[in-house]
Amino acid sequence: MQSFDVAIIGGGTNGLACATRLAQAGRKVVVIEAAPEVGGGAGTVEFAPGFRVSGLAHLLHMLDPRVARGMALERHGLKLAASDLVTAVPGPAPLTMRGVFGKVQGLDPADMEAWQEMQARLTRFAGKLAPFRAMTPPRIARKAGNDMLALARAGLSIRAMGKDEFREFMRLFLINIADVLEDDLTDDRLMGLVAFDTTLGAWAGPRSPNSLLGLLNRISGGARLALPAGGMGSVASAMAEAAHAAGVVILTGQRAAAITVGGDRAVGVRLDSSEEIAAGRVISAICPRTTFARLVGPAHLDTGFLRQARGIRARGGAAKLHLALSGAPEFTGADLRARIVIAPSVDAVETAFNPVKYGEVPKSPVMEIVLPSAHEPGMAPEGQHSLSAIVQFAPYNPADPDAARAEMLANTLAVLEKHAPGIGKLILHAELLMPYDIEARYGMSGGSWHHGDLAAEQMLFLRPFAGVAQYRTPLAGLWLAGAGSHPGGGISGAPGWNAAGALLAEGGQ
Amino acid sequence: MRDKRLHYKTPLLQTPFHPRTSAANLHGHWAAWAGYQGATDFGDTEMEYTAVRNAVSVYDLCPMVKYEISGTQAQDYLDRLLVRSVARLPVGAVHYTVWCDDNGKVMDDGTLFRLGETEFLLCCQERHLPWLLDSAIGYDVAVREVTEDIAALSLQGPCSAQTLKAAGWDVSTLKPFRIAEVSFQDKPLRISRTGFTGDLGYEIWADPRQALALWDHLMQAGAPWGIRPIGSDALDMVRIEAGFLIAGADFVPAEQALRPDRVRSPFELGLDWLIDWEKGHFNGRRALLAERESGASEWALVGLDIAGNVSAEGAILYHGKEREAGVVTAALWSPTLKRNIALAQLRRSYLGPKSEDLWVEIYAMRELNYVKLMVPARVTQRPFFSPARRRATPPEDF
Repeated sequence: MQSFDVAIIGGGTNGLACATRLAQAGRKVVVIEAAPEVGGGAGTVEFAPGFRVSGLAHLLHMLDPRVARGMALERHGLKLAASDLVTAVPGPAPLTMRGVFGKVQGLDPADMEAWQEMQARLTRFAGKLAPFRAMTPPRIARKAGNDMLALARAGLSIRAMGKDEFREFMRLFLINIADVLEDDLTDDRLMGLVAFDTTLGAWAGPRSPNSLLGLLNRISGGARLALPAGGMGSVASAMAEAAHAAGVVILTGQRAAAITVGGDRAVGVRLDSSEEIAAGRVISAICPRTTFARLVGPAHLDTGFLRQARGIRARGGAAKLHLALSGAPEFTGADLRARIVIAPSVDAVETAFNPVKYGEVPKSPVMEIVLPSAHEPGMAPEGQHSLSAIVQFAPYNPADPDAARAEMLANTLAVLEKHAPGIGKLILHAELLMPYDIEARYGMSGGSWHHGDLAAEQMLFLRPFAGVAQYRTPLAGLWLAGAGSHPGGGISGAPGWNAAGALLAEGGQ
Repeated sequence: MRDKRLHYKTPLLQTPFHPRTSAANLHGHWAAWAGYQGATDFGDTEMEYTAVRNAVSVYDLCPMVKYEISGTQAQDYLDRLLVRSVARLPVGAVHYTVWCDDNGKVMDDGTLFRLGETEFLLCCQERHLPWLLDSAIGYDVAVREVTEDIAALSLQGPCSAQTLKAAGWDVSTLKPFRIAEVSFQDKPLRISRTGFTGDLGYEIWADPRQALALWDHLMQAGAPWGIRPIGSDALDMVRIEAGFLIAGADFVPAEQALRPDRVRSPFELGLDWLIDWEKGHFNGRRALLAERESGASEWALVGLDIAGNVSAEGAILYHGKEREAGVVTAALWSPTLKRNIALAQLRRSYLGPKSEDLWVEIYAMRELNYVKLMVPARVTQRPFFSPARRRATPPEDF
C-alpha cells in the first residue's frame, strides 16, 4: 500500500492548489483524479473534430493572486490569449464594459453619472469583502481560535468608510440587484448586463433576495476578464506542472470509492480499483455532499451532520453551449473578440429564471458568449470558429431531460439568430450541456459549478454549512478544500489554498 | 370507518382497552399521554400502588411509542443510532438504552427488543420518526411506527407470574429481559419479562383485535390475587422507588429543549454505563468522548434521601442552605421503604464532600398556608427499591 502524508481527492484547480501548497511545505502529497486528465471544471475539450473550447468555465477572472504567485503559473506555462476582455452588449446601439465591472461606453450622460457613482461604491464595498476571501471563515463559538486580528482589521476597514457609507453598505448588503439598478439607472442594456453578471452561475434571478451579494463576490474576485491561451485546460496543466515541480504525485483515471476510516479518523482512500492509499490526512476537493454521503458514509457520521450535508443546496441553473461554426458569425454591433452578453434587460434575466423554478425551460434564455477561435489559432480549423456560451437558466430536474435539452438548444439558437442573423446556417455541430449533464460529466452535485449554491445562507462561516466552514470536518483527519468551501468556485484556487493554510496552521495535530 | 373529519370531537385517542379501562375508571380520572387518553387512577391510587408491590396489577401501555425496525442492516443501523451495543443483544432479549443527538445530548430513553436477527422493536416515550428515518439513510433498513398496531399491557407485581400461569402461560423459566412467544386464542402473543416498576413483572404484546378478550382473560386469571388496573399516579410511585427516569419529567429530551443549557448528556443522567465505546461510531460519540476526556459534565442525576415525611416534588436543592445546587425532578414518601425519597438533578460540583451539606426547600401547602421547610438531604444509591423477586428465576409463589 502506498503511503502519503496527505491524499487529496479531486484534481481540479482547488485540489491542485491545495496539493502544491502542502507539498511546498514539505508534505508528501498524492492527488486522486477520476478523469483521465486533471482540471475538473477547468479543461479544454475538442467537442467536434478540430473545434476546441473550454469544457465548462471559459473565462479566468477570479484566479487568486496568492495561487498564481505561489504556484508560479506563468513559469509553468500559463499564457493568456487575452488579458483584459471587453464585454459587448450587441444591438443597434451597442454598449461596452471593460473588465468585470469597469468603464462603460455608450451611456447617455445622466445614466453615466449615476453609473459612475454606483460603480465606484460597489467596487469599494467589494474591496472591503476581498480580504475575507483569503481567510479561514470565523467560527461562531467560544474558544474557536478565530484570527481575531484579521477579522478586526477587515471589520474596521468597513466601518472606517464613515457613517454614511457604512450605513449604505448595511442597506445594500442583503438587497437584490434589481432594486439597486432600478433606483438609479434607466438604461436597459446596462441594467440587463449587470443583472446577468450578478446571477451568473447562481440559482437566483436579479429580484431574488440578496442577489447583490453575487455581484460583490464577483467584483471582489478580480477586475479583469482573461482568456487562457489554449483554453481553460492550460490553467489546469500549468497547475499540474507546478504540483509536479513541488513533488506532488498525481494519479489520473482513478476514482475514489471511499474514504477509509480507522480508529475514528480518516486514514486513507480506497480506489475503485480497490487499491488502498494510506494517508495521515485526507482532503476532499470534490463536492462536500458527495464527500460525506458517499465517500465517508453514514456509519462514521452523526445523523444531524449527515442531514446538514445532504441539505446543502446545490442547484445548477447554467447550461453550457458549444457550437462549431463554418464561418464567422456577425453579432450586431459587437466585436467577435469581445465577451458578448445577451441579456436585454433586468426583466429578461428575471423572466429567464422564472421557469426553471418549475423544472421548465425559458423561452428566451440569457447568455455569455466567447469565441476562443477569434483570439488564437488552433481552437478551430482555419476560417472557422468555435463558440462557447454559458446559457441561463436551465432546469436541473425537468420532467423529460432529453426533451428539455432539445428545447433549451432550440430556444438558445433562436435567441442567437436574433442577435447574430445567419448564425444558424453556420452551425456544423452543436453541443448543449444541461445541469444534469454537467453533474454526470464533472461529478458536481446538482450540476452546481460552485459545489453548492453561493448564496448568503451558504457563504463564509455557513459554507458549505456551519461546523465545517473552517475546512476541517468532525471526522478527524478529513478536510475539505473544494469550491463547496469558502470562498466558493470560479477557477480561483482560493478554497484549496486556504484549506492548505488551515491544515498547516494546525501543525502536527 | 369513522369519519376522520370528526377527529376534533375526540382530541385524545382511545386505546384498544378503552371499553374496559373506562368502565373501571370510577372517577373518570384521565390525562393525556402521547395523544392518548390514559387513566391517572382508577379510584384509589394507594390500593393500586399496593397491588403492584403486594399482589398483581395491570397497566395499559398502548400509548407508548413503538417502532419496528427491520432489514439486513438493522443491527448496524441501531448500533449507530443508540449508545449501547446492539450486537451484544441476543435474539429474544430486551435491553434499556438511550440515544443522543450530534452533541451527545440525550434525545430519549427506551427499550429495545430483539425479535430476530434482523428484526427489532424500539419502545420509547417521545416520537422520533424523522430522526429514525434520517438515521436510516444509507442503511438497508425499514423503520415503521407501529404504536397503533400493538396492544400492550403491563402485568406487574409479585403475583404476576402466578397470574400468567393461571391464564395458561407458564413463563416461570423466563429470565429478566427475555421474551417468550406464546399463543392466545390461536394467535401468537408475546410476553417479555420487563416493566417500569422494579418488581417482578411482565409486559404482554398483543394484536389490538384481541385486546378486550385478553383483558377479560387476565382479570379472570388474576382474580384470586386481587388483580386490579392501575393508573399513571401509582405507576409514578413505583417507578420512583425503582429509580427509573421519565423523558420530559426527569430530563428534557434534546429535541424539545428550548434553552441551550437544559439538555443533558448520558453522563449527566447517570446513564454513561450504557455507552459502548468499542463498538465504533454512534450518534454523539465524538461529543461524548470529548466530554469524558475534558470532564465537562455539569450535572449529575442522583437519588436523595430526605429528612421527614413531606414529599419534595419540584423542590430546589441548596448547598449550605444558601447556594442553589439543583432541583428535585421526582419525589415520593415511599410506603414500602418508609423513606422520603427523590430523584434530582444536582450540579456536579456538589457531588463529593460538598454533598454532605445539601438541603431541600419544600413548600408544603397546609390548609391554604404554605409551610416552608428546609430539610437535610443525603445522596443515596439508586434504585431505592430492588427486591430479589425482581430477578429470581423461577419466581417464587406468593
